[in-house]
Amino acid sequence: MMERLGLGDAWSKLPRSVRHAALPMLVLVLLAFYPSYYSDLTSLIGTNSTAAQLVPTVPTMVIMTVYVIMALGLNVVVGYAGLLDLGYVAFYAVGAYIAGWFATQQFSPHNVHVVSVGVPHTVQGIHVNVWSLLLVGAVFAAVFGIVIGLPTLRLRGDYLAIVTLGFGEIVPQAVNNGDNWFGHNITNGPNGLTPIDALGFGSLHNHWSFLPTVYYSVTNAVSYYYWTGLALVVFTLFCCIRIRDSRLGRAWVAIREDEIAAAAMGVPLMRTKTLAYAIGAFFGGMAGCFYAIYKSSTFPGDFSLNISITVLCMVILGGMGNVWGVCLGGAVLSYLNYQGLEAVGNNFNNIAGTSFNVPQYTYGIFGLIIVVMMLLRPQGLIPGQRRKVELELGVEGGSLYEASSQ
Amino acid sequence: MTTRAQAVRRPTLAALPRFTKQINRVAQWVIVGLFVVWVVGNFLHSPAQFVSVLLLGITLGAIYALVALGYTLVYGIIELINFANGDVFMLGTMVTITVANGWLGLDGSQAWYVTVPFVLLALLAAMALCGALNVAIERIAYRPLRNAPKLAPLITAIGMSFLLQNIGAAIWGFNERPLTNTGNSIFPANTLFKIGGVPYQAKSLIVVVTTIPVLLILRYLVQSTKSGKAMRAVAQDMDASRMMGINVDRTIAYTFALGGALAGAAGTLFVMFQTSTRFDLGFQLGLFAFTAAVLGGIGNLTGAALGALLIGLIQAFNEGLSWHTPGSDWTESITFAILILVLVFRPQGLLGEATADRA
Repeated sequence: MMERLGLGDAWSKLPRSVRHAALPMLVLVLLAFYPSYYSDLTSLIGTNSTAAQLVPTVPTMVIMTVYVIMALGLNVVVGYAGLLDLGYVAFYAVGAYIAGWFATQQFSPHNVHVVSVGVPHTVQGIHVNVWSLLLVGAVFAAVFGIVIGLPTLRLRGDYLAIVTLGFGEIVPQAVNNGDNWFGHNITNGPNGLTPIDALGFGSLHNHWSFLPTVYYSVTNAVSYYYWTGLALVVFTLFCCIRIRDSRLGRAWVAIREDEIAAAAMGVPLMRTKTLAYAIGAFFGGMAGCFYAIYKSSTFPGDFSLNISITVLCMVILGGMGNVWGVCLGGAVLSYLNYQGLEAVGNNFNNIAGTSFNVPQYTYGIFGLIIVVMMLLRPQGLIPGQRRKVELELGVEGGSLYEASSQ
Repeated sequence: MTTRAQAVRRPTLAALPRFTKQINRVAQWVIVGLFVVWVVGNFLHSPAQFVSVLLLGITLGAIYALVALGYTLVYGIIELINFANGDVFMLGTMVTITVANGWLGLDGSQAWYVTVPFVLLALLAAMALCGALNVAIERIAYRPLRNAPKLAPLITAIGMSFLLQNIGAAIWGFNERPLTNTGNSIFPANTLFKIGGVPYQAKSLIVVVTTIPVLLILRYLVQSTKSGKAMRAVAQDMDASRMMGINVDRTIAYTFALGGALAGAAGTLFVMFQTSTRFDLGFQLGLFAFTAAVLGGIGNLTGAALGALLIGLIQAFNEGLSWHTPGSDWTESITFAILILVLVFRPQGLLGEATADRA
């Protein structure tokens, strides 16, 4: 006689991998259709009310994907390997300027087109296929990470932090002065590089008509950028999870816990740390490249220290070392940064009849979040399991960072 | 098979540190040599310009020294880079404006026997407030994390720095804040003498002359008083000094008070010299000062003053001289490049002793 199975039993009979993947998949599907029900959300609240401003617009969602990628990349460095990087924006800048150099008219006497899409051949400058630039930018950033990392990674933790901070300050200034590097105009200085070629599928359009030839040729271009960003987030998440569970990921955690013990167990310190830097930089570069393509421009002013701190704040808020927490932290803070704080402020002013300019205090609020989180909930909103144990029990006689700093 | 291959390769890897040590030494001498050539070359190129820029650099260095000492004191005792120190300095500049210009009504038109005591009053107010603020920051943000992972207080310090900037902006506004509404200087701006056509103003001299006694008093406090002895004991070994009956918490608070007071004094001198301030200048000036502390050897008081003088001179040389100088567009990059080079090649700084712990 067959026993009747309840829904709960059926659920628990499913393989573990399916059960673990179910929630992320559900969220992903919901997010993928976001542009189609965004207008319904706003009309539900009342399109013209100030409360409707709280609903993230599709452009905000694109920026959120960019920051989630960056936060996931920094999480590799800070969360997994325990190296504090305060100059993460440098990698972002490298990615953005790779897009700027190889997809604009910057080097305009030259006329090089490599599988470029949607750019007439009469347009001068170097125009490499923009999809490939996402990869090229990421790889260049990774190489840059190795170049920075090799001399500095033998420093102790807090010195490393300050060195990366130094690089994070030097890179934007070098870019800003880049209109005159020994008499050559390389980066066009404070005027930035613009316009950067748009993404597009070129002749694939004929076979799958929903893929636009070039993004700007369709009316819902922003949605396409959003889906591209979402695909990049999924790619980043996949890489992060797979690397975390690999031999390399466990080596990072071992170094974070106790550098000397890890070295004694045969973990090659320099190589492992440098790889953490390179992989973190890879995603930073990819995010920068994608953001530059989305905005179709890149300026040295985009790469301030504030961005590094914001991304660090995302990692801390979400929970160092936990990809889901970091995704949440990245999404929440970038939403607040680009839309949320202003909307909250407007609503508050509307109700209370005041006139606070809340977005002005964005970084003060982020600073407050950092301080409060470190004091009250250092493991973050969604802590990594291992990290939680460390922070709650503590490690006798010096904890995870102290060992790695000697 | 693989294990044998590794065993064979190991000796070459073990030999690497010795080479890096030699490379380090050569690189240090090359860098110092190039710097000396650059300085001498500039001196020969135009001596008068060189001397006037030198004097400006000394003034700048004096202000950096006061802030750098705050970093080095705190780092010496609890090994924390107190990023908030630069913003405490910024609040010092703001408080000085409020007290000197807002409350006491100084605007540069008063006679010297009014100006001098009132400026001293503003100086004391800034020192007291910044000292108290620094103690409060330590109590609220750093003390609960003293046994936490080492990077936790560092991250908190960054958050604190951003928070202080915004508190400053909320109270004193986001715009550039002039010292007096008329744009006048409170310190006498008259020219003492001219070198090669460049005037040397009295206020530059006042900054330097005020800094020196402050540094001497600090030296006395740390070297010759009982609480200074306690500070040095806690810096050496926190647990052992607790067993010897030293109140560690109070000693650390005292150190933060000293660092904050120095930042406040620097704030007063800076705003009197520059005649304006901004809510976000503290972070960067703090980083410059921290570079100075690292250059001199962090934890070393004389080193911090020496490093600050050097950083002040290098910045002034870079902006004021004309023979092979990158110019003011690159000041920040040069300063941070110095920071990186010192940390990579000589982490113990100019005067710090090379110990395994500091390296």
